[in-house]
Amino acid sequence: MSNSTASRGGGTQTVPPTREGSPTASGPAGRAPRPEWRQRLTRLDVRLSPYLYISPFFLLFLVVGMFPLAYTAWVSVHEWSLIGGKGEFVGLDNFREVLGNPYFTKQLVNTISIFLLSSVPQIVIAVVLAALLDNQLRGRTFWRMSILLPFVVSPVAIAIIFGSLYGDRYGLINELLGHVGIDPIGWHTERFASHVAVATMVNWRWTGYNALILLAAMQAVPRELYESAAIDGAGRVRQFASITLPMIRPTMIFVVITSTIGGLQIFAEPRLFDETNARNGGSDRQFGTITMLIYDFGWQLRDLGRASATAWLLFVVICVFGIANFLLIRRVGALGGER
Amino acid sequence: MQTPKTRRFRLASSALLALTLATTAAACGGGDDDSSGSSADGVTTITVATFNEFGYEGLIDEWNESHDDIKVEQVKVGTWDDAKANLYTKLAAGSGLSDIEAIEGDAMPAILAEEGAFEDLTDEELDGRWLPWVEEKTLNADGQMIGYATDIGPEGICYRADLFKKAGLPTDREEVAGLMETWDDYFALGEEFVKKVPDTAWYDSSGGLAQAMLNQVENPFESDDNTVEVENAELEAVWADVTGNIDKGLSTTLPQWSDDWTASFQNDGFATMACPGWMLGVVEGNAEGVEGWDIANVFPGGGGNWGGSFLTVPSQGDNIEEAKEVAAWLTAPEQQVKAFAAKGTFPSQVEALESDEVTSATNAFFNDAPTGEILAERAQAVTVQPYKGPKYSDILQAFQAAVLRVDDGSQDAAESWDQFLTDVEALG
Repeated sequence: MSNSTASRGGGTQTVPPTREGSPTASGPAGRAPRPEWRQRLTRLDVRLSPYLYISPFFLLFLVVGMFPLAYTAWVSVHEWSLIGGKGEFVGLDNFREVLGNPYFTKQLVNTISIFLLSSVPQIVIAVVLAALLDNQLRGRTFWRMSILLPFVVSPVAIAIIFGSLYGDRYGLINELLGHVGIDPIGWHTERFASHVAVATMVNWRWTGYNALILLAAMQAVPRELYESAAIDGAGRVRQFASITLPMIRPTMIFVVITSTIGGLQIFAEPRLFDETNARNGGSDRQFGTITMLIYDFGWQLRDLGRASATAWLLFVVICVFGIANFLLIRRVGALGGER
Repeated sequence: MQTPKTRRFRLASSALLALTLATTAAACGGGDDDSSGSSADGVTTITVATFNEFGYEGLIDEWNESHDDIKVEQVKVGTWDDAKANLYTKLAAGSGLSDIEAIEGDAMPAILAEEGAFEDLTDEELDGRWLPWVEEKTLNADGQMIGYATDIGPEGICYRADLFKKAGLPTDREEVAGLMETWDDYFALGEEFVKKVPDTAWYDSSGGLAQAMLNQVENPFESDDNTVEVENAELEAVWADVTGNIDKGLSTTLPQWSDDWTASFQNDGFATMACPGWMLGVVEGNAEGVEGWDIANVFPGGGGNWGGSFLTVPSQGDNIEEAKEVAAWLTAPEQQVKAFAAKGTFPSQVEALESDEVTSATNAFFNDAPTGEILAERAQAVTVQPYKGPKYSDILQAFQAAVLRVDDGSQDAAESWDQFLTDVEALG
């Protein structure tokens, strides 16, 4: 390893000819087998080294990423109790059972609904926020840092605060609604209302974080583009649509994909928002998500087989959504570029 | 391009980011550290995990003042359901549990079925410490004692005398006791009450009522050989009563232990509730500053015992001997008497039940009611010990969710019952 590292610098700059002053060159009759061997080594080095350098990540990923994925698949085709451990091989029975379970369908719909209610407004607001912060404001650092503040607060604290805001009977929001003559809303019992409540918690926590990432991307857009657009008579909105959006597309893809993954795995917020004893997401699982179902199967019903099958189904769902979003955002970005 | 100013900005932001990551990482890692271990100076720390109110705060201070080699720390969570989730997760992980774990009475059969996960605490010196029917609940199939009993939960009826007065009902605790000998009387009185005071419900939660009624049924969910039998006449009768009262406005329809439920103590949300001894501390905490609470020496339909807990020592702990010692000390009669004085957790120890401190105890918050005497009589009134198998706690959780579905109007009683049956089947 250390040998090839040392020779790399020299190798890349002047690749084919052997250098006269090279300490290993064996004299004027330089076409001896040795240099050729060296050459081949160098070439190999140039080709392989980059992969070697990034290999630690992939090796680590293999251990902490792929292994659990494969192991979960192994567990999902067995009877497997939380405490008793592995039982019989049951093939796809666990999957069949999960797919036939009415809670699975319900909680999958909940998950997607909460995901849409959180990710869409979250990214729209984050883009707008980032655009506003991209201006020459007084005390820029202060503003930029303070939008990250909700992200620092632990979800547990957020759940306590939002829990008392969204109390069904004695909550602040329902009290305020009462003053303007609106009937109290069942934030913990009505399906859609509970999704809105949970999504608010998620948005509160993640909007600032995404805005900051998008802001970084916006700052990397060359200012000259805006100057020439301004000379051409483009207004702020036009500049934003035709320059900013297409230029931050790669970051946009990153933000959309990560929030898709995060949004479909939502767990802490709805679980902490739940006030029933079982904490399955409301009395009739009005806001129970797929990860909560995994927890219910694995840790409340103590059946890791069904839990693993559900986890795999969730993995598939996330892949589908991730790819769909990727294609969608690429198209949207491309349209902006053509304008 | 890079002016000193932008560099400073970057430095500041990266420092802030690092701080953020550090705090979030710390927040994630918190909670399961220091679960056991002896530090270098030879002091062993024993952690005791409890839920609700055990009344141990003063006792632990007392222990720590008199012991230099073993220090005791309490880990408190809000409800048993949270404690249970934590317990099973860490039981499966094989580490992370406290040295002593408190177990709620209804879940004890499931704990007894976990072979090898909890230490055998049998100790000849402790023979005869507990009431025989309580001791029976701590023995596993091999006759090993897995838990030391803390308290029992003989139930009386807690009520708001001021609200009774408002409704024109008698307020004296003996007169009140005479009015609710049976469940029918209790519900009829409730209907009268809610007519007079329409903004206040009769009892605190449908779930609480369900618990109280279930504890008077011989085989609520399982037959004596542990077969699940939820379609029985007695359970269906409890279901009909509990869900039937909702439309009459008798229940607050709030989930027991929820934020709204806690807030309802301060908002005249309800007038009565089923009160096992350990509930007195809960009421006093939630209703702080509210005047008018009292407790009547009666329980509809005869006596009832709700809960009562046990201290167990998980085998995964590092300091088993020390943990046993602490658990034995905490559940000794002298200590339980003090816990009763602090939070009303009524002793399960024979000697404690006979002690003057318990029999002559009064509770200032409950209008100076002679709680010792009342609870002792309530304990004697208990005639039925429901059979609770290893699935009891899980089925109860499904039953409570079913009640709640009717409470919050997301389903009618028939639909919810059907879903309950499916849920029970899914328990496997």
